[in-house]
Amino acid sequence: MTHQLLIGYADRQTFLNRLSGSTKLLCFVGLSIIGMTTYDTRYLLGIMVLSLILFHFAKIKFHEISFVLSVILGFSVLNLLMVYVFAPHYGVSIYGTEHLLLGHHAAYFNLTTEQLFYEFNLLLKYTFMVPLALIFLMTTNPSEFAASLNRIGVSYRISYSVAIALRYIPDVQSDYRTISLAQQARGFEISKKASLMTRARGGVQILLPLIFSSLDRIETISQAMELRRFGKGKRRTWYMAQRFRRNDYLALLIVGALIILGIVLFKVNGGRFWNPFHA
Amino acid sequence: MTAPIISFRDFSFQYNSQTEPTLRHINLDIYPGEKVLIAGPSGSGKSTLGRCLNGLIPQSYPGTISGHATVAGQDIQQSSIFDLSLNVGTVLQDPDSQFVGLSVVEDMAFSLENDQQAQPAMRQATHQWAQTLNLQDLLTHHPQELSGGQKQRVAMAGVLIDNSKILLFDEPLASLDPASGKASMALIDRLARTQDLTVVIIEHRIEDVLQQPIDRLIVMQDGQIVANDRPETILRDSLMAQQGLREPLYLSALKLAGISLADCQHLDDLAQLDAPHLTTTLQHWTAGVTLKTPVTHTQPLLTIDHLTFGYAPDQPIFKDLSTTIHRGDMISLVGQNGVGKSTLSNLITGFLTPQAGHLTFDGQSLDPCSVKERADHIGYILQDPNQMLSKTLIYDEVATGLVLRGLDAQTIEQRVLATLKICGLYEFRHWPVSALSFGQKKRVTIAAILVLQPAMLILDEPTAGQDLQHYTDMMQFLAQLNREQGITIILITHDMHLMLEYTDRTIVLGQGGILMDAAPADVLTNQAIIDQASLAKTSLYTLAEQHHLNPTEFVAKFVQAEREARQQ
Repeated sequence: MTHQLLIGYADRQTFLNRLSGSTKLLCFVGLSIIGMTTYDTRYLLGIMVLSLILFHFAKIKFHEISFVLSVILGFSVLNLLMVYVFAPHYGVSIYGTEHLLLGHHAAYFNLTTEQLFYEFNLLLKYTFMVPLALIFLMTTNPSEFAASLNRIGVSYRISYSVAIALRYIPDVQSDYRTISLAQQARGFEISKKASLMTRARGGVQILLPLIFSSLDRIETISQAMELRRFGKGKRRTWYMAQRFRRNDYLALLIVGALIILGIVLFKVNGGRFWNPFHA
Repeated sequence: MTAPIISFRDFSFQYNSQTEPTLRHINLDIYPGEKVLIAGPSGSGKSTLGRCLNGLIPQSYPGTISGHATVAGQDIQQSSIFDLSLNVGTVLQDPDSQFVGLSVVEDMAFSLENDQQAQPAMRQATHQWAQTLNLQDLLTHHPQELSGGQKQRVAMAGVLIDNSKILLFDEPLASLDPASGKASMALIDRLARTQDLTVVIIEHRIEDVLQQPIDRLIVMQDGQIVANDRPETILRDSLMAQQGLREPLYLSALKLAGISLADCQHLDDLAQLDAPHLTTTLQHWTAGVTLKTPVTHTQPLLTIDHLTFGYAPDQPIFKDLSTTIHRGDMISLVGQNGVGKSTLSNLITGFLTPQAGHLTFDGQSLDPCSVKERADHIGYILQDPNQMLSKTLIYDEVATGLVLRGLDAQTIEQRVLATLKICGLYEFRHWPVSALSFGQKKRVTIAAILVLQPAMLILDEPTAGQDLQHYTDMMQFLAQLNREQGITIILITHDMHLMLEYTDRTIVLGQGGILMDAAPADVLTNQAIIDQASLAKTSLYTLAEQHHLNPTEFVAKFVQAEREARQQ
C-alpha cells in the first residue's frame, strides 16, 4: 500500500527533527529569499555547503529522494539551456566585460566566461534550496505543518486546509482506485493499449464520480468541523505545535546573521552581483 | 420531576429546498439521563430531528421553523452551533469523514484547540479520555490504520472531551460489522451510566440497539412521531412492522410459533423474556415443521484453484484458497473487516493478479483474460452507486457498457430497454440519474452491469444504509434475478438478516482462507466461527438455546417458514 506521498516524514531522531516546525519554515523561507535575491557566488557557495552539511546531519537516505532529485535536476538543466538559448549575451551585459571562449564576437550563439559564470550562479540558486526544502519536508511531522504556517502569520483556516488535504489525500486516492476499476470493468480502457482520446474520455468518466464523491466528503467534513467549533474564535491553539527551545532561538539567530551578511554584501558589491571580472 | 433537557413544542421544520415540511408538529420531551432511540424509515424525518438537536438546523440547513424547541435550556433558534456543541456531542454516521485530525490524539483534541486551550490542558484531557475509551495504544495512529469500531471510539472521544451532557448518534451501526456494532452499543451504555449522559440514538436497526437497555423508543413516520413509549409497549403492539421497520427476529419467531405477544413479559429483553408455556409452544412448533431438502446446485461455474495472494509477499492474504461456485448459487461472503472480501472479488474480476493459483469460469481459464473480458461474464457492483454513475441520463448510463463494446445501435436499444424492464426502471428511462433515490441509483448500477449479460454478479453490501422497505425491494429483486434469469450472485455483507433470509450458502473468510462454507443457519449457530469472523449471535440462536432447542435446526426452520410466508 502506498500511503506515502513522493517524499515522506519519518522520525529520524536528529537535532533537525527536534527543531520546531515554525523555526524550520522561517529559516527555509528566509534563506530562500536572500539566496534568490543575491548573485554573490561566494555567498551562494557558502549557503550551498551549509545546506549540504545540514542535509548530511538529517540522515535522509538517498533512495528516499532519488526520484525527486532527478526531477529537479532535469528541470534545472532544461532551464539553464533555455536561458542560454534566449539570452546568450546576458552575462556580458551584467558584468560589462567579454571573455570569448567559443564562437565569434558578432555571432548570436557564442560562449563567454561571463555567460557561463552567470549560469553557474543560476544553478547554485536552483540547487541550494533543494536540500533545505527536503530537510524541512522530511523532518517536520505533517501534523506540525499547519501549526507552523499559522505561527508565521498564515490564517488558521488556510493553515488547517493544508492539514485536511494531508488527511484526505489517501482517502481520495483509494476512491480513485475503486472508481477507476469499476469503470474499467464496464469497458473503459484507460491503459496504454487505448488511444489518447479514448484514455482522456475514460479519465473524465472517472473524474466525474470522483468529484461528486469528494464534494459529498467536503460537506460532511465541514459539518463535522463546525460541530466541534472550528471557526468559533479568531485564534486557535494546536496540540502538535512545538514550543521554541534554545536550539530554535540559536537556529533563528544564525540564519538571521546569514541574512544580514547577505544584505551587507549588497552594499559591498554595490548591487546584487559580485563581479570577479573587474578585479 | 426534573425539567426536560430536550423539549419540542408543536415544532415544525421545512427545508428551503423542499416544498413540504419535513418535521410536522413534533411534541417531545427528553429528560436528563434518558437513553432514547429514534427509529423510522428513510425520509421519516429522524435525521432532520437530529440536526435540530445539534444546531445544524437552522444554521447549516436553512429553512422555516414554527413552534418551539429548546436543548439544554437554549432555544435552538437563538443559539449558535458552537454554543449547542458544548452541550450536544454529535457522532456522525460515517466515523471516517468525522475524523479531521491527522492522528488519533489530534482528532481528540480538535474541539479543545478551537476553544484555544493550552497544551497541558489538552494533554491531560486526551489522556483521560483515551483511558476511558481504551485508545491509549492508538494515540499516534493515522485514520487509515484504524478499524471502523476504533474510528467510532475516536469520534466519541472527540465529542466527550467537551464534557457535553447530551450525546447524539446518527446511525452508529451503519458502518460497523456485527461484532463491533455490539461492542459499540455496550460502550455507549457504559458511558451513559458512568458519565451521566443523556443519549439519543438515531437508527433503524432496532434489534441491534435493543441489545442494551433503552428507556424510550420513538418511532417516526412522515415527519411525525407515531409512537413514543417504552420499547416493550411498542414491541407488544407490533407497531414496528406497521411502520415499515424491522422488528427483532425473536419476535418474528414468537409470532410464527403462534405465541401472542400480549401474554409475554420483558419483550424488549430476550434474556428475561417469558410467556406462559413458552418452551412447550416453541418445541411444539419446531417439531411440526419439516425441513425440506435444500436446493443444491452442482454445475460448476467459477472454480478457484489453490489461490495465493498478498500485497506484500511475506504477508499473504490468501494461502492456497480453493472453492467452487455453482451456477445458480446465491452466496453470502462474510468475514471480519480487512480479511480480504474485497481482495477476493478483485482477484475474481481481474483487478488484482494472484501470485499462484488458477481461476476457471464455465470451463474456460480466466488467467489470460483482461478486466474488460472478465467483465463480460462477471459483474461487480460497488457499495456506493455514486462511485459508478458517470452519465446524466439513465438510458445512457445503462447503455455505456454496450456502446464501449461497439455494438450496433439497434441491439443496444433492444438490450437496454429489456434490462430496464427487468430492473423496474423502464418508466424512468429518460430521467436524469440525479433525480433518483439512493436505492434507485443502486438499481441503475445493477442494470448497467446486467445489460452486459453476465452469468455472475458480485455485489458489495447491496443493502447498506437502506431501511426495511428498500432492503426488501432490493433483495427480492436480486432473488428474482437469481431465480428467473439464473444469474449466480455473490453478496459481500455484514448483514446477518440478509445472510439468513436470502442466501443459500455462506462462505466465511478468515486466516488466509475459507473458515467455513455452509448453510447460513449453520454458520450463524457456530460460536467459534461467529467469534473469528466478527459476526454476532442472532437472537434466534439465543432463543433456541434458552428453550432447549437445537439452534441450527430452529434457525433453519425459521428461515424456511419466513421464506414461504414471503413467497405467498
